[in-house]
Amino acid sequence: MNTDEIYTRSEPASVVGGRSAGSGMYDVVHEDAEHRPYANQAGAVACEVGYNFAYLDEQTKRMIRRGLLKAVAVPGYQVPFGGREMPLPYGWGTGGMQLTAAILGADDVLKVIDQGADDTTNAVSIRRFFARTAGVKTTTRTPEATVIQTRHRIPETPLTNDQIMVYQVPIPEPLRFIEPSETETRTMHALEDYGVMHVKLYEDIATFGHIATSYAYPVTVDERYVMDPSPIPKFDNPKLHMSPALMLFGAGREKRLYAVPPFTRVVSLDFDDHPFAIQSWDECCAFCGSRESYLDELIIDDAGSKRFVCSDTDYCMQRRDAEEEGAQ
Amino acid sequence: MYVAVKGGERAIDNAHLLQAKLRRGDTRIPELSVDQVREQMPLAVARVMSEGSLYDPQLAALAIKQAAGDLMEAIFLLRAYRTTLPRFTASTPLDTTQMQLSRRISATFKDLPGGQLLGPTFDYSHRLLDFALLAEGEHPGPQVSPDAELSDCPRVLEFLAEENLMAREVDDGAAVPDITREPLDFPASRAQRLQALARGDEGFLLALGYSTQRGYGRNHPFAGEIRIGELEIWLEPEELGFAVPLGDIEVTECEMVNQFVGGKGIDAQFTRGYGLAFGYAERKAMGMALVDRSLRAAEYAEELEGPAQQEEFVLMHCDNVEAAGFVSHLKLPHYVDFQSELELIRKLRKQEREQPAAEEQRA
Repeated sequence: MNTDEIYTRSEPASVVGGRSAGSGMYDVVHEDAEHRPYANQAGAVACEVGYNFAYLDEQTKRMIRRGLLKAVAVPGYQVPFGGREMPLPYGWGTGGMQLTAAILGADDVLKVIDQGADDTTNAVSIRRFFARTAGVKTTTRTPEATVIQTRHRIPETPLTNDQIMVYQVPIPEPLRFIEPSETETRTMHALEDYGVMHVKLYEDIATFGHIATSYAYPVTVDERYVMDPSPIPKFDNPKLHMSPALMLFGAGREKRLYAVPPFTRVVSLDFDDHPFAIQSWDECCAFCGSRESYLDELIIDDAGSKRFVCSDTDYCMQRRDAEEEGAQ
Repeated sequence: MYVAVKGGERAIDNAHLLQAKLRRGDTRIPELSVDQVREQMPLAVARVMSEGSLYDPQLAALAIKQAAGDLMEAIFLLRAYRTTLPRFTASTPLDTTQMQLSRRISATFKDLPGGQLLGPTFDYSHRLLDFALLAEGEHPGPQVSPDAELSDCPRVLEFLAEENLMAREVDDGAAVPDITREPLDFPASRAQRLQALARGDEGFLLALGYSTQRGYGRNHPFAGEIRIGELEIWLEPEELGFAVPLGDIEVTECEMVNQFVGGKGIDAQFTRGYGLAFGYAERKAMGMALVDRSLRAAEYAEELEGPAQQEEFVLMHCDNVEAAGFVSHLKLPHYVDFQSELELIRKLRKQEREQPAAEEQRA
């Protein structure tokens, strides 16, 4: 990762030209077509002319990286940043995209998932954006990626310390639906005043017999800040705890970013008599037979018959490939 | 079988082509030119420039054409372009007394120096469809006397300020923050508020302004002055030490005279709300002025009783690019979160059914 390296370019076309001239710095890494069936072919041909590497100008990227350093230094704390208008709509991943743009180096391999899948339309759109504007190599395979931008899932394949996860965050404030005012919630964080959150969870139990939060389930980071882990299912919360990968969270519309550094304690809120538990299914994946992964439910006929498949398409594919190899 | 989300890339490409076709419409009809949009839809261009925060009639017209007439989409296009532009410096403050007026009205004085100048307006037109416009043809311009001249038009509210009847606005000389570079923080300064409102959605500001008129934070306003016209932009480069003109822009300025403050030993004074927008944009400027004044409630120690007086509520929700983006994101797939809700609701229902049965057995 060349997160601190500043890329300067005399002219946009030099990205393409630089390759044949062998300047090295902007070498466009070609895709392995076999491994990236959904990746953008145009991106491998040329970067978008007229825009800086990864779209944002270098001053903006530095501003975001300074914010990220603060976020890493104070795990779980929401850092305000001068979020820019992106050419994609707010709410569609502009926060995550700005973080990705700020940390992306020419050697990075980018994976983008939405709902765990590489081939959902918005994941395709964002992957294509960076293939066009940065010319970086993209992949669908979790172990090959150095930067993974995600919406709503953490991959099932365990992450390593060479990887950075970038989360797209709609509402970064875990207390927002209890207290709508930002002035109030910032004070509550400062005073570590999280009683209202426990009251909310307790009211769930009183009404439903369970904590009725199934995604965007609040966590305490490093025994200090209560944090919204973005709308991942609570199934994924345990993957945040002591993860070797750096976790970065970006909310574009709300202009906030925050982070969970590697090997940080991340605890889901609960009560002694109502301990935190993740979702489970009676069924297994209809494709790979996994009983460990998070499953999506498909309705397959007019009678409403259901089938369950892995939400993480790459994990599912890896398991099926391994099975086939084993059979041969 | 599992085809619902496959082939995303081809689907996206085709969606773009279909959208282009929708925009072009029937190809037997001549294509609309950007020049036509710029010259013949100036009010749409003005709105896109104002809320897009970029004064460029040509690009605004292009955005309107590309957006197939969807002004919010056009505003978004212009904003996404604007964000890539370098910032050189700030201009010197606009002096709207130097405006080449095309319209200037005051609802507070029957006559005043400079006079009332009606200019172009829909105000007194009967809203009858003009079927003559169905046919193309030249439309005669107004009758003007060739030797007509504008006299000086001092600002109306200045007369009140001279008498100490109107609170004076003081320039504290502080650097102007740029809310497109630094995030808003609360409580926001008035400069930040006015910037947010200038970019804010016309419909939203109009509705909020209207709500104050109906009693949600009432503060009876008078349209002290509305002026529309061309204005010179001046820039003072550091190395020169004096200002140079850059060119003209058209703006609409509205100053509202609002109910007074005072009492308890302080002389009563009127207060004001301020609105400014690019181009001919009277409704926007008026809505902005109403909301600006209502957001000054805390400054004047007024009770906060309406949504239009709540700074966070107004400023966090007035931007239509943000609002449209977040509402439209509901179209994105949410099956993972929905699946977890399904799992939860089934678990809750199962427990409801099993618990009474278990209790019966125990009994």
